[in-house]
Amino acid sequence: MLPELTAEEKSILDDVKTDLAEISKERSKLIPILQFIQSKINYLPQVAINLVADHLDISPSEVYGVATFYNQFRFNPPGRNPVKVCMGTACHVRGGDIILENFERKLEIKEGETTPDREFSVERVACVGCCALAPVAIMGETVHGHMQPSKVEGLVLRVRIEKEKQEREKQKNEPGK
Amino acid sequence: MNPANKVHTNSQYNALRQKAEKKRQAFLNEPVPKIHIGMATCGIAAGALDTKAAFEDALARHSVNARIHTVGCIGHCYAEPYVIIDHPDSGFPPIFYHEVTPGKAGMLTNLFLKEGDPRFEHVLGATVQNEMIPWIMDFPRFNLEKRVVMEKCGRIDPEDIDEYIAEDGYSTLADILQRSPEEIIKEIKDSGLRGRGGAGFSTGRKWELCANTSQNDKLLICNADEGDPGAYMDRTILESNPHQVLEGMIICAYAVGADKAIVYVRAEYPLAVKIITQAIQQAKELGLLGHHILGSSFDLDIDVFQGSGAFVCGEETALIRSIEGFRGMARHRPPYPVERGLWGKPTVINNVKTLATVVPVLSNGSAWYREIGTENSPGTAIFSVVGNVVHPGLVEIPMGVTLRTLIFDICGGIPGKKKFKAVQIGGPSGGCLPEELLDTPIDFDSLTETGAMMGSGGMVVMDEDTCTVDISRYFLDFTQKESCGKCTFCRIGTFHLLSILERITKGEGRDGDIEQLKQLSEDIKNGSLCGLGKTAPNPVLTSLRYFIDDYEAHIKEKRCPAMMCRPLIAYYIDLDKCARGCDACVGCCPVEAVFNTSNRKKGIDQILCVKCGECLVACPPEYDAVIKVSPPELAPILERPPEPVKKA
Ligand SMILES: Cc1cc2nc3c(=O)[nH]c(=O)nc-3n(C[C@H](O)[C@H](O)[C@H](O)COP(=O)(O)O)c2cc1C
Ligand code: FES
Repeated sequence: MLPELTAEEKSILDDVKTDLAEISKERSKLIPILQFIQSKINYLPQVAINLVADHLDISPSEVYGVATFYNQFRFNPPGRNPVKVCMGTACHVRGGDIILENFERKLEIKEGETTPDREFSVERVACVGCCALAPVAIMGETVHGHMQPSKVEGLVLRVRIEKEKQEREKQKNEPGK
Repeated sequence: MNPANKVHTNSQYNALRQKAEKKRQAFLNEPVPKIHIGMATCGIAAGALDTKAAFEDALARHSVNARIHTVGCIGHCYAEPYVIIDHPDSGFPPIFYHEVTPGKAGMLTNLFLKEGDPRFEHVLGATVQNEMIPWIMDFPRFNLEKRVVMEKCGRIDPEDIDEYIAEDGYSTLADILQRSPEEIIKEIKDSGLRGRGGAGFSTGRKWELCANTSQNDKLLICNADEGDPGAYMDRTILESNPHQVLEGMIICAYAVGADKAIVYVRAEYPLAVKIITQAIQQAKELGLLGHHILGSSFDLDIDVFQGSGAFVCGEETALIRSIEGFRGMARHRPPYPVERGLWGKPTVINNVKTLATVVPVLSNGSAWYREIGTENSPGTAIFSVVGNVVHPGLVEIPMGVTLRTLIFDICGGIPGKKKFKAVQIGGPSGGCLPEELLDTPIDFDSLTETGAMMGSGGMVVMDEDTCTVDISRYFLDFTQKESCGKCTFCRIGTFHLLSILERITKGEGRDGDIEQLKQLSEDIKNGSLCGLGKTAPNPVLTSLRYFIDDYEAHIKEKRCPAMMCRPLIAYYIDLDKCARGCDACVGCCPVEAVFNTSNRKKGIDQILCVKCGECLVACPPEYDAVIKVSPPELAPILERPPEPVKKA
């Protein structure tokens, strides 16, 4: 089941609709448009596929067919802390799959999925270009080199603790309560 | 097309050059230390941003006046993040420091920049010859390389076009605009330059074919799709010296008569996309792109198209389909793209490295280029050497150097006293070569003869702990997912190859599997349209050819000799060695499979164990009690004692 669009996502998609009007209706614009939408809301919800189909005057299944062909496009929202585990050759040789498994086990999701609270998502990526640090995982923007299964737990825990702390702060700072 | 207006191109170029040189002189003459930091993706991944911030912070804190100069990548990944500190007042030559963490950055600012002590223990070498500090060119990792394409990578700031121009950049363009396109194509043909995208087709010939078509509307595409999951030289070049690629593109477009060009770069390379886009903008502003380039009658526009991450889109016909807005499926050739390419127009497609090579070839002449490398493969090759080597990274070597020299002399050999087992060359299309073939010279033809190929330039070195069956399975898993699905043999054949390999690595191999792997591989090669299918079985075929023992041990004895295939191994704890009361392995186990035996030693619950090997690493070396075995039956079974009842 795909999650419902949030109000924020809906308003972004409304903006996208306006932006689309500026883009020509050539077929060769299909992939750039999909990339543009994904850069705005991080994935391609069904509504967006329909928007693009309307704009280029092709069927939604045609758009979907192209989008699913390419690894870049995703169809469910990534977590606030997207985890990317490198499955490049050097990382594979040094046990990248073990790292991926540990994330999957710890977060109780499979690669390509997002946790129900939308906090984490896990995906595999090809060489991120720091093979000398293999195995590598990226969380958010930060690259973590020389990963070990035991480091996985620490990383996840750190994010969760940080979040709890923020929530407590927020409650404290909310006046009148 | 007319050879362009002579006077103009030179005078316009000279004006740009003078301005750029003045700027550089001002930078060099400023009497403060310079800190050069490598900031390509690899450097950033290793923490270069933090290092830079730490320098900025420390400079302010210690009130030291110095300039931070961000550069691209020099390819020495083992040393990232690296910095070069040029501090003339200290009396020392410019010094190359490796693995500069934020802590080291603070320390170097204080002790070296402020107090003049270069901290010898952190020095990798000096960048010029001198009496005090070993010169980096005395190290084989530096002096056995031959930098033709990557000469400026890691020396200049890729985000500043003036730095490229001050280093002679775009002067070749200014020159060739005064020569006829035919002359340029002849020079490239004479140089013997072969495409660096994998297949090694003659670049001059390709250009000639395109130039000779009667159609007027022609296009040029720079292929920076780089889909090999373990290679990153094209990205490094784009991020470290984008203008050399652009200069090569403009020259190519002029030679073949194209007025529109596209850089096809994968979206997974955001920094490369940003840098090349910015470079195009800068070149346009200086009149090096756009209308009447350098005052000549030649026009060219370059756009960036972001590839969306499909390996097959590196293949030229699939790449074209994807720009046109369709699924990237390969088509039959001929017609080749030089006849019918993007939107049906004649299109030259060249790799990033090929286009970047064009510049030094034309500035130094074809005879100079032919002196480098071998008769049939002139020039240099760039490899990303990764895996089990001491000094991984990008290496540019003259063609003809042997694999042994590259792996053992330049990259420092295998770490940790392990033995060399195999080297995988050319990524998913390449092959696994054994020790006996280490004396093979690196060039297009010799590598193809061994069953591997130059391919993308990815090179993975593997030590004795690597299983060649598993590596084949890894690459097949990749190509199987990346097959575009057009050809039945590629789509279904790779699936079957993969499932057989999966079975073997799980210990479910059967008699006849080897024969079937061979047969299927041949069928896939013969039955596929594009290079993906034609080369996908290479990893399997080469490992079958050179490492048949590995396959047989898996199939017949259900054993993985390298102890890498997890279903075929087990870990156990040697009770004679285990120290009573030590809990190192308990804390690190991600699945709580380690338990206490009745006498407070440890045991492993084989059912829970996921075989991550963490306990083996955690067990203190003085005990060394965790033992890995294959087949798994060799591990003695230890019953988990019932949980002790907690006292209230
Ligand atoms: C499956 C497959 C993947 C390819 N990937 C790339 C690539 O990532 N980069 C590249 O330059 N060429 C790649 N090629 C080769 C291109 O089809 C083409 O030959 C090349 O870009 C031509 O440039 P060159 O003459 O400069 O080598 C690939 C070919 C195949 C069959
Ligand atoms: S293979 Fe993981 S960073 Fe290169």
